Amino acid sequence: MCWRFSFLFLITLSGQDKRFGFGQPVPAEETRKRDITVFPNGRGLPPGRGTAKAGASIYASKCAECHNDRGEGRENQYPALVGGIGSLASPKPKKSVGSYWPYATTLWDHIHRAMPFDHPRSLNADEVYAVTAFVLHLNGIVGETEELNEKSLPRVKMPNRDGFIPETRPFQKKRLGR
Amino acid sequence: MKDRRKFLALSAGLLGSTACNTNKAKSESGAHMRPYGLRSPHEKTARVLRELTASPGTGSSRTPLQDLLGTITPSELHYERHHAGVPDIDPAQHELLIHGLVEQPLSFTVAVLRRFPSTSRTCFLECSGNVIGDLRGNPPPTVQDSHGLLSCTEWTGVLLKLVLAEARVKPEAKWLIAEGADACRMARSIPLAEVLDEALLVYGQNGEALRPEQGYPLRLILPGYEGNMNVKWLHRLQAADAPAMSVKETANYTELLPSGKAEIFTFLIEARSVITWPSGGQQIPAGFNEITGLAWTGTGKIRRVEVSTDNGQTWADATLQEPILDKGIVRFRFPWQWDGKETVIQSRCTDETGFVQPSRDEFIALRGVNAGYHYNGIKPWLVKADGHVLAV
Repeated sequence: MCWRFSFLFLITLSGQDKRFGFGQPVPAEETRKRDITVFPNGRGLPPGRGTAKAGASIYASKCAECHNDRGEGRENQYPALVGGIGSLASPKPKKSVGSYWPYATTLWDHIHRAMPFDHPRSLNADEVYAVTAFVLHLNGIVGETEELNEKSLPRVKMPNRDGFIPETRPFQKKRLGR
Repeated sequence: MKDRRKFLALSAGLLGSTACNTNKAKSESGAHMRPYGLRSPHEKTARVLRELTASPGTGSSRTPLQDLLGTITPSELHYERHHAGVPDIDPAQHELLIHGLVEQPLSFTVAVLRRFPSTSRTCFLECSGNVIGDLRGNPPPTVQDSHGLLSCTEWTGVLLKLVLAEARVKPEAKWLIAEGADACRMARSIPLAEVLDEALLVYGQNGEALRPEQGYPLRLILPGYEGNMNVKWLHRLQAADAPAMSVKETANYTELLPSGKAEIFTFLIEARSVITWPSGGQQIPAGFNEITGLAWTGTGKIRRVEVSTDNGQTWADATLQEPILDKGIVRFRFPWQWDGKETVIQSRCTDETGFVQPSRDEFIALRGVNAGYHYNGIKPWLVKADGHVLAV
């Protein structure tokens, strides 16, 4: 009994065969519904479109209460969305969507999954494209009438796109064999 | 015989209650029992809460390390860091979906996950933003304020790899995107190969079901990795060939260096220690005092803790409480005869890789003051001549 169990176990882990038969198969249309991840290459973005011009009124009614009229933020708890571009190497760096975030897709993903804070996932795809465009426009990254959609959003180059590097702390490198 | 005993017990009970009603003298028989235990009303130690927004439950609470005894943090005092409050989840409605680069997408109820072979693991959990006030040169007054985003728990669950094997992860999958069922659907990308040996899907904490604040009914535990990656209220795991670059792995939990470049995916908690007694806000008498504190590392085991009671001029080994657990918290103790003169006490630890906890100056020389996460400098406490202890 014991050796048999170990034997099966080894097969399982090496070949990743189904071992216990647990778990319910989920059809593809169901996983698509539950999958909200958006990747930097645009994978996961639904069809839709929006401009900063269209996003301004949505932002004013759904976002400004916390993030302020032009993305200035309010105190520490409601982060600024604009400003600080070029400040990261200074003694007082200012991190914002414009100055720090490497991918515009992250902004879309975050607004879509988590905003507005008290009513997340209440915006439709077009509204998310529009608010994303508005925040990027506040940062001078896209024009007021420039359309963002599932094709154009991943092509937006953020100012700090190349600002991230792999970790260099010596101990971690050692452990992970990098 | 049995019936008779029952009868006698019942009679005794009735007589007892009659006696209680008529006898004015205070009973010495003690309090009633209770089905779910509570601490003595004389014990008051508690978490310090810091809510960040007007929405409830968003922010952090800090463990009162100065009051902990031993190495286990009671679930009630475990630190918290929530990004959109604590969701109220019915375990019967909760499912974990495993999909993406797998041969067979599967969903698991918590009841089914409990059918897998289970395992328990005692390990620390720490927010990588812990101790950031000290890095910025603004150390808060107490060890709870400075180091309280740290706890140590016995977690029980199933090894992640056993569950992943059911869905058969494809070889091109290099990352797992873990998503919680909290309001913000907080998500982190996790390097699959690096966590596969130890990662746990956890439903138990300190011998009972997880607390809601700790991810009830299901969370991820990645021993040694920064707290934020140990996703609570876990409801989705997506196997992928690339990281999602979610907001919590780009905008937050990245480390800005003086060069203006930021390090990304700095997952591991490195060796650190802190004296919890005597510590900031306390007052000690002259004479014998046992210095005690905690040491921990995500790299494995703590090998050594040294204590200095003379402002860093000399160091001597502290005693480490056995057993020393891999990625657990180690309690250290050091006997001290204090002469009543002002001094600085501090501890420094060494892990099993030989890494020695740096001083704040050494850390800053390497990382600057704006990294924002993973600060692990030596923590000094100033003991004034009147015995008051201050953060410096």
